[in-house]
Amino acid sequence: MAFAFSLSFGVLAKASGMGSLAPVLMSMTTFAGSAQFAAASVLGTGGGAVAAIGAASLLNTRYAPISLTVAPSMGGTWFSRLIQSQLIVDESWAVAQAGGGRVDRRTLIGAGALLWVFWVGGTVVGVLGSEFIGNPARYGLDAAFPALFLALLVAQIDSRKAVLAAVLGAAIALALVPFSAAGVPIIVASLACLVGLWDR
Amino acid sequence: MSEVWLVVLVVGAVTVALKAAGPVLLGGRELPPPVLRVVVLLAPALLAALVAVGLVGGDRELLLDERLAGLGAAVLALLVRAPILVVVIAAAVATALARGLA
Repeated sequence: MAFAFSLSFGVLAKASGMGSLAPVLMSMTTFAGSAQFAAASVLGTGGGAVAAIGAASLLNTRYAPISLTVAPSMGGTWFSRLIQSQLIVDESWAVAQAGGGRVDRRTLIGAGALLWVFWVGGTVVGVLGSEFIGNPARYGLDAAFPALFLALLVAQIDSRKAVLAAVLGAAIALALVPFSAAGVPIIVASLACLVGLWDR
Repeated sequence: MSEVWLVVLVVGAVTVALKAAGPVLLGGRELPPPVLRVVVLLAPALLAALVAVGLVGGDRELLLDERLAGLGAAVLALLVRAPILVVVIAAAVATALARGLA
């Protein structure tokens, strides 16, 4: 699963003009699906570096609260905690839930390490094989991304506030598409999360 | 430095820092409740925007095309609780088929 997912990241990144080495290095360091796909798709549609960095960084902002929930389970030196924390990814964090907001560190590390190997391996195969796979649009890969984000979105919808933020985010983005550079609608849409301040 | 490498390096550094923030800096302290309430809504807002723009976004225009067939297939797959990979493949195949027919 992680392998096929990152394989399609490799193919898309290559098709977006990212070359071969950059997508692989990105999988090794960023190791977060939606942000990598967002960066590749913004670059591929000519959105520019600032918009790509903004969209990917904003998408990964969720790792700040996620890493807070992991903090109590990770001991050792600060360097050891830094390395361990890089194996935090949505899936490893999800399987490591030990109830009551606790995270099982060994499960998180084990699942995270396995996912990392498949993630980087899949990216390598994707960038190398992209010439045989061809233009992603021909195969409908351009629709695969919205589908992927939709599936990830469904998993995030756990409250009425989340529904409101999603609807508002989509509306803001669509309203801005005709008037702004690619990438900007996504970043401005993130302001929809401010509905969280509204206390009800 | 090329645009691509700039993106790879900055996004990599930002992500490493975000993932490390809790374990490295905090001894289990929590975010203030108002901040937490906003941060948990960031993912739904951003993902919905990515869905919308990826689906009907064009070059400074909204474009309805074969990608909508992919959306239909993805929604069907999600309704039967298919795994995420099946959802993605269904969307790609439906879009490719619609393009073949067009």
